[in-house]
Parts: sequence; C-alpha cells; structure tokens
Amino acid sequence: MELLEKILVQHPFLKDLEQKYVQLMVGCASNVRFDSGTFIYREGDEANYFYILRAGKVALEIHDGGRETITIETLGEGDVLGWAWLVPPYRRHADAQALELTRAIALDGKCLRDKCRDDHNLGYELMMRIVPLITHQLQATQLQLMDVYGVKK
Amino acid sequence: MSESLANPLLPAPYRVLRNQRNTHDVFTLDVEPVKKGNSPLFSPGQFNMLYIFGKGDAAISISGDPTKEQPLRHTIRRAGVVTQALEQVKPGGVLGIRGPFGVPWPVKEAEGQDVLLVAGGIGLAPLRPAMYTLLANRDKYGRIALFYGARTPEDLLYLSDLEQWRGRFDLQVCVSVDTAKRNWMGDVGVVTKLIAKASFDPSNTVALVCGPEIMMRFSVQELKKNEIKSGNIFLSMERNMKCAVGFCGHCQYGPHFICKDGPVFRYDQVQSLLGKREV
Ligand SMILES: Cc1cc2nc3c(=O)[nH]c(=O)nc-3n(C[C@H](O)[C@H](O)[C@H](O)COP(=O)(O)OP(=O)(O)OC[C@H]3O[C@@H](n4cnc5c(N)ncnc54)[C@H](O)[C@@H]3O)c2cc1C
Ligand code: FES
Repeated sequence: MELLEKILVQHPFLKDLEQKYVQLMVGCASNVRFDSGTFIYREGDEANYFYILRAGKVALEIHDGGRETITIETLGEGDVLGWAWLVPPYRRHADAQALELTRAIALDGKCLRDKCRDDHNLGYELMMRIVPLITHQLQATQLQLMDVYGVKK
Repeated sequence: MSESLANPLLPAPYRVLRNQRNTHDVFTLDVEPVKKGNSPLFSPGQFNMLYIFGKGDAAISISGDPTKEQPLRHTIRRAGVVTQALEQVKPGGVLGIRGPFGVPWPVKEAEGQDVLLVAGGIGLAPLRPAMYTLLANRDKYGRIALFYGARTPEDLLYLSDLEQWRGRFDLQVCVSVDTAKRNWMGDVGVVTKLIAKASFDPSNTVALVCGPEIMMRFSVQELKKNEIKSGNIFLSMERNMKCAVGFCGHCQYGPHFICKDGPVFRYDQVQSLLGKREV
C-alpha cells in the first residue's frame, strides 16, 4: 500500500493532490503489468479501470470493420490511459494494446466513482485532471482531422 | 561574387547533379552553378528562389549542411505548377536560382543555451542546416532536442540523418506521426505532446519552430506552458513570394515583408498576427 501511495504521489497526473485523497485512491488501486502485444481493453468494453502508466508504451487503435487498424495515439510513462470510466455509459472508445512490456497502476473506476459520490471535493480534483486529458485528445483529433501536413488545396 | 548576389533579381543558371526522392511527394535537388565557382554561402533558415524557365518560381529553403562544402541542396514538396516541374528535372538539367535571402535562425545567438527544434512535415528542411550547425559546434550549446512530427511514418524525411542523430548521446530526438498502421513501433500523436516530455532549462532555452502555421501555434502554446519566454521562440513564416527582396509586397504579413524581415521571426514580433484569417 505504501509503495502504491508513493508511486501515485510521484505521477504527474496526481501532482499536488492532497495526501488524504491519494490515500483514498490507494484503496481503489492495484499494480498491473501487460506483456507486449496484450490488449488492455477493446473498443466497446465496459470501462472498469483507468491506468496510470509508469513504464512501457501503449497504442490506442481504431478500426473500421475489415479495413486496416490505425494507431491514433501512443501513450507512455507519465501518461494516463482511459477516461471513459468517468463518463456514462462507461464504454471504451478505442482498443488499447501494449506495444512493449508496460507497467501501470490500475484504478478501479467504479470504486473511484463511489468515492467521488461520497466526497465531491475528490470528484472535483479528479475532474480537474481528467478534463484537460479529454481536451488534449479533442485538440489532437482536430489537428489530425485537419491533416495539417497535407498540401493546401 | 556570384551573379545572383550582384543583381538579386537575376537568376543564375544551376545544373542539377542529383534529384533524390525522399517520400512519395518530397524530393531533394542537389545543384551547382553552371558557371564554375562555388555556390554562395548561406546561413541556416535562408531560402532561394528556384526558377523553372517558362513555368515560374518558388521560394525554397536551403536544406544542406552549411558547415561543409557540398552542392547546394533543396528539399521540395510537390504542391503545384512550379514544384511539379522541379520534380521532373533530371540530373544535367538546368534551373535558375536567386538567393540566398532572408533572416536566418539565431543559431549563433543561442550559444550557451539549450536549443529545441520543433519541426512539422516539410518544416524539417529549413531546420536541418540549423541542426548541422549546432552539432558542428556541439560544445557551445547546452541540451539540444529535436521534436519532429509528420503525417505518417511514410512521410518522414531524412531517415539516415534521424537514425544518426538518434544514436548520439548528446542529443534528444523524438519523432511522432499523426497516424500509423500497426507495424509502426514509434510514437503516434501530435508533435506538441513531445515537448512536454523534454528536459530543458526553460529560463535558458531557445526554441526554433518550423511547420504548418497551425502546428506552430500549438507548439508555441506548449512551449509557453513550459515557461519558455516569447522572446526566445522563433518561427519560420511562409507566404507566396515574387521578388524576395522587399520590392513587390507579395509576401506582406501585417507590417512585415516575410522575404526581408523574415522568414524567421521572433514569436513576439508576429504574435498578434498568428492565427488571424487574412493578414
Ligand atoms: C521562405 C519560404 C521557404 C520555403 N521553403 C520551402 C521548402 O524548403 N520546401 C518546400 O517544398 N516548400 C517551401 N516553401 C513553400 C513553397 O514556396 C511553395 O510550396 C511553392 O511556392 C508552391 O509553388 P507551386 O507553383 O508548386 O504551387 P502553386 O501552384 O503556387 O500552389 C499550390 C498550393 O500551395 C499553396 N502555396 C503556394 N505557395 C505557398 C507558400 N509559400 N506557403 C503556403 N502555401 C503555399 C497554394 O496556395 C496552393 O494551394 C517555402 C516558402 C517560403 C515562403
Ligand atoms: S516577395 Fe516581394 S516584397 Fe517579399
């Protein structure tokens, strides 16, 4: 438990989070590892966990039926994987595959949602950390859709 | 003195030595003056006007190594009439060149500081001479990092340079593409995300940024979030050019003429113009 707390405190995602909240989160946390090639989750799966990445590399992938799979983002040390646990209907929007041995702290989304319901300040703190991730992904998607490196027509 | 320096409006004939393909729509031309003599010296970030007689001209940055004696080098992306014609020129063919023109990257001024190069797409071409110069004088700089974003892995330029730079212990090189198929093991995501992961001393860092304007805007946001001062961020701007010497006004950008006041600007010089629809 102490080790988990230490890892969480040092992760950029939880920078400056009050210790009492970190301790609350530890109650929902576990250490996990994924071998290279493992799917951490698949599109449409229930979003039960999110992951604070400590080492390794994860690809977020989308596919269109028979067509080839496209990687839309890679995440690594210092990143957070998956925010769908906080937004109904709590379903994954993409596949997440470990590209190399990946170590992470898994946080149980349901457990955390319950804690946020009991303590709105914790909910606020988490929202303030998750919303920038969603905004970042929105901006990145906009840039990708604009095909900024393509020749202007 | 070369003819083009004597009269900046008169193109001098250059012979193509090599036309090398970089990607499906990017190629690099090596040229030398038809009249014997060396190509004019250039500074990193400067550009030439390349002429295809009967078709027109295009501003193209010099992408070679200013610290070595080598043919004059330009890396060009096929966009329209002139660049398509340039793509067709075979070794032995002749084209016209005027230049070099423009304000270069502040490579000398950056001595003693950390230097970040942020490149998007063809924007790596104008930054490559800066990288060569930094590496030729490696001990004069602090940390050096290159963040390079491209559309897909197939669009990455200068693979052998990238490989060599990545192998160095005194240089951080991060490459990211917008999308990739599953066989790509590198990073995927916007180039700005790489900046957040770099280690540099924000109070003593110079950032050189070159790429599509929107990518430069987002890069500046990220650099500023990382506390790099506006006065230490430099951008290379692009507009259509004709005379390239401040006569015709074609390249006007607010109060600036990009050909003679730029193409490299300090961010705070162009801050109020960036992102405006028509400037
Ligand atoms: C200082 C400077 C340095 C440059 N360096 C390089 C370089 O190293 N390599 C390279 O491939 N290109 C470079 N460019 C861009 C290059 O000048 C244009 O792509 C070229 O002029 C297009 O000419 P074209 O006749 O082939 O296409 P056109 O038929 O003129 O245009 C094709 C499309 O490209 C757009 N376009 C044309 N010129 C520009 C421009 N200057 N900026 C943005 N969009 C443009 C047009 O709006 C049109 O949609 C540079 C431009 C400047 C101003
Ligand atoms: S191109 Fe003529 S003024 Fe700049």
